Amino acid sequence: MVSKEMASVIEQTRPLDVERIRKDFPLLERRFHGKPIVYLDSANTSQKPRQVIGTITEYYERHNANLYRAVYELAEEATEMFEAARGKLARFVGALDPSCIVFNRGTTESINLVAHAYARSVLHEGDEILLSEVEHHSNIVPWQFAAQATGARLRYLTLGEDGALDLSSLDSVLTERTKVVAITGQSNVIGTLPPLRRLADAAHTVGAVIVVDGAQLVPHNAVDVEALDVDFLTISGHKMLGPTASGGLYGKRDLLDRMDPFLGGGEMIMEVYRDHSTFKAPPHKFEAGTMNIAEEIGLGAAVDYLEAVGMEAIREHEKELTAYAIRRLEDAGATVFGPKDVEIRGGAVSFWYRDIHPHDLAQILDQDAVCVRPGHHCAQLLMRRLGVPATTRASFYLYNTPSEVDALVDSLARAQEIFGA
Amino acid sequence: MALEDLYKEVILEHYKNPRNKRELPGAQVSCSRNNPLCGDEITIQARLGDGIVAEVTFQGSGCSISQASASMLTEAVTGVSKDRALELAGEFRSMMEGSLDPDEDEFGDMVALKGVVKYPVRIKCAVLAWDVLQEALGDAAGQASGASPH
Repeated sequence: MVSKEMASVIEQTRPLDVERIRKDFPLLERRFHGKPIVYLDSANTSQKPRQVIGTITEYYERHNANLYRAVYELAEEATEMFEAARGKLARFVGALDPSCIVFNRGTTESINLVAHAYARSVLHEGDEILLSEVEHHSNIVPWQFAAQATGARLRYLTLGEDGALDLSSLDSVLTERTKVVAITGQSNVIGTLPPLRRLADAAHTVGAVIVVDGAQLVPHNAVDVEALDVDFLTISGHKMLGPTASGGLYGKRDLLDRMDPFLGGGEMIMEVYRDHSTFKAPPHKFEAGTMNIAEEIGLGAAVDYLEAVGMEAIREHEKELTAYAIRRLEDAGATVFGPKDVEIRGGAVSFWYRDIHPHDLAQILDQDAVCVRPGHHCAQLLMRRLGVPATTRASFYLYNTPSEVDALVDSLARAQEIFGA
Repeated sequence: MALEDLYKEVILEHYKNPRNKRELPGAQVSCSRNNPLCGDEITIQARLGDGIVAEVTFQGSGCSISQASASMLTEAVTGVSKDRALELAGEFRSMMEGSLDPDEDEFGDMVALKGVVKYPVRIKCAVLAWDVLQEALGDAAGQASGASPH
């Protein structure tokens, strides 16, 4: 499936040849309001390279069939491609066994799966779930459901003044009552990178499992679930160059074995009787109905692309862009939230600019084809902690350039002119 | 689409110098709502007498469109009958749907918000204050029919 175009990526030298990478992303050729697009919203969704788009097209033109059931060769091709994508995703996050990867629509579905199929059977009245106040709503709301259903209680790690999680209270909030620690791998708003191995060890010491929301972590960092010793890791394909509704859940195999199924239906069963059924082994136990076949195969192509470029090189590139953006924004009079040290943060940069409401600001930036996201970023707890109703967020990926940071800052001046702020 | 069509001078002027933005002591009706998408918040308070909106104020925070619209609303409905105020809410909504070209004499500064129609995401911001007013006056109708004030 790896095309000739991919080979051209593999050969490139480091640091990133961004101009060459950009040529792989057709959307970046678009113009709005007469200006070239400056796409600074990859924390929301990433753009897709030709290699991914081409893989999906080729799948539908040449290999489309439903998985597993049919005996004809075409269906075997589709099944092989789907399972090959699972193998790629497993390798990408350091999982030794591909059966530890459950395919689904991404992080939201994965957290709901764990909160339902794992947590509800282990949580009892008086037990606790430990979250943090930087979490995305998708790593809060499913736990609220689980707590309400079981009588468990939610507790929160707070954010320190330096933009890192305040772990000074860890011993008091993480106790024998804690059964689940659910924490982001990288904040979607302020980029904070919590110390995952330390949290995993602390969770295991009290007998809890750790669930990592990897929606932002996995696209931007080299991740090794074995080295981090996390129990569950969620993966959102559309934020890592893959199609929307691709992604999945990594889970330790012994946990996946013990868990209840999540959605019931075809393909996840062994035998169905009048009053009960038996189920397949993981991962298929959690994959009911016809899957997002083309999307997951497309995600496999995205993984190929990212590996060819190199995750360490991508992380280094984003660190440089983030440091540059923080400096330029602060010089322009913006308040930047989150850690200032790029070693402990990723490339989601939220800021507040001269009391211009983020919605007004983003609207004005759009006139210069600068795409940023205004709002609470599905993190209302964090907004309250930061003391703002909303922020403007610029977020970076492998295809962004310092001159795009310049375009953002130049456009701020236009907002200042209109609002006289 | 020029940005100047959205951020008209009169809108920015209302945003920077909002009219009737304060708490209203002795208000018979008071209603709050927010737009969770943007974090816009509007509270509308009003004093009523003889079916007339005698005085109306707003409080809140949010983007320029939501706050300017609230400011304009307070000017537009002060001194008009409750029925007319509710009619205006309907007309404002029609303007935002693009189905009504308002009479400038009657709509005054609010005509400036017509440009918002071309920015669909922002229509909610402009309409928020009118939603709150309708709810507030709806409560007032409840009171007249004997429901207890909240």
